[in-house]
Amino acid sequence: MKRITIPIGPQHPALKEPISLRMTIEGEVIKDADVRLGYNHRGIEKLAESKTYIQNIYLMERICGICSHSHTTCYVQGVEALCELEVPRRGLFIRALVCELERIHSHYLWLGVAAHEAGFDSLFMYTWRDREVVMDLLEIISGNRVHYAINTIGGVRRDLNEIQKEKILEGVEFLKKRMEYYTNLGTTEPSFVGRVSGVGILPEEKAMALCAVGPTLRASRIASDIRKDDPYGAYGEFPFEVCTADTCDVLGRVVVRVKETIESLNIVEYIIRNLPEGEIKVKAPRRIKEGEVVSRYEAPRGENIHYIKSNGTDKPERLKVRAPTLANYPATIEMLKNGFVADIPLIFAAIDPCICCAERFVEIIDERKGSRGIMTMAEIKRKFKKPEIKKDFVWPL
Amino acid sequence: MIERLIKWSRIRSPWILHLNTGACNACDIEIVDALTPRFDVERFGILLKASPRHADVIVCTGPATRQMKDRVIRLYQQTPDPKFVVAVGACAMSGCVYRGAYNVIGGIDQVIPVDVYVPGCPPRPDAIIDGVVKLLKKLENL
Repeated sequence: MKRITIPIGPQHPALKEPISLRMTIEGEVIKDADVRLGYNHRGIEKLAESKTYIQNIYLMERICGICSHSHTTCYVQGVEALCELEVPRRGLFIRALVCELERIHSHYLWLGVAAHEAGFDSLFMYTWRDREVVMDLLEIISGNRVHYAINTIGGVRRDLNEIQKEKILEGVEFLKKRMEYYTNLGTTEPSFVGRVSGVGILPEEKAMALCAVGPTLRASRIASDIRKDDPYGAYGEFPFEVCTADTCDVLGRVVVRVKETIESLNIVEYIIRNLPEGEIKVKAPRRIKEGEVVSRYEAPRGENIHYIKSNGTDKPERLKVRAPTLANYPATIEMLKNGFVADIPLIFAAIDPCICCAERFVEIIDERKGSRGIMTMAEIKRKFKKPEIKKDFVWPL
Repeated sequence: MIERLIKWSRIRSPWILHLNTGACNACDIEIVDALTPRFDVERFGILLKASPRHADVIVCTGPATRQMKDRVIRLYQQTPDPKFVVAVGACAMSGCVYRGAYNVIGGIDQVIPVDVYVPGCPPRPDAIIDGVVKLLKKLENL
């Protein structure tokens, strides 16, 4: 059968963010897939070198609008390690509280998007309605719905009072009930299960070899979670389990995220009930000691890594971000192969792609020659000249 | 008579195209939030459309990146007249924190004409609805 290449994106109904996918198909079956990036590339890493450490917190927050707290926490932890600051326990607890609330809202959001891609729009509307409860809680804590700006070097910026604590517990109670309902719905509703099971299979060894991260990895039987493997902040104290699934498909990814949300709700409850007294932050120096550090963090989408190099001034010399979505791209291509065209949005949504997280630098890898290197904009333009569009093209109708 | 009918139907049911030109996802999520039950812009007849050829209003988020520039212009040309552009968020207005980054041109008005600006980082869904309703008022006086 003849092979055809179809382009998807950068503006496409199935994608909320700009990314371009090239699918090589034979009939209905995908034989090869290629991801083209760079539509969302803004140059944050370079920009970070010209801003001070404090300014960079707010820049890191704007890497991504869904996991904004993940990026700031990862960055702030790195800087704290560089200047050997001891963050007060109360500060760490509040930080973890926002982390878990963010994970809950991110998973609710994802469940809605996945249901939408599977054609189950009522579940989409339900989950997004309940997600508003989490957004309200975050607004109560931090004063903002999306970019919380609660982290600062040496602790957090806002404290919790009794009224806020009560509100959070009420919200958690409601969300738990709703999540139980979704667990039943997501795992027993025959039409939904039929649509997602057996789609986008990623076997255990492949997931390991292609370095998948987060729920994508955990859905392939591998129990890996930075919160457990390499506890940061106050995570060593919290009782929780690493959730896995053994189906290795989109259904497994749904199950992992649903279970994880319930675990996160339990953690939130634990934090509120065991919140220690004391200060919320310590004073941080303006100039950071010379050195380099790698900071790891379990974002809702997987392992997030920040590398910070300091040269003793108030601005970082190098800041490198490895967002979880980037690590999941090779695995996605593996999942897409031998699938059907109709499954593309579902499989792609199942890794919970966050394109804005993943795009900060451009590395060109030539598959045929095996060469790789970082190119300037002008070089890219010269190399990949756009094919000319015929101006007076007549459609053969 | 027909003109009045067209105007009436345009105000009662503007279809929007959501275009991310390099945003951090926050504004995009807030736009989708505005479509879901709590805020529900469908009561104004506003419907999210996937194709620029069906859209009346382009809702842009994010600063214009160099890679996206040509696409934005192409999408704007594909949208049938009369078309309106709403710039949602501080980035779409001026570039926000990304101002000065090498791959960011600036606000979306550097690339295509903009009718309504909605400030905020990100603006609340209520603010986005307010912006769109202001655009509808503008349409009435057209």
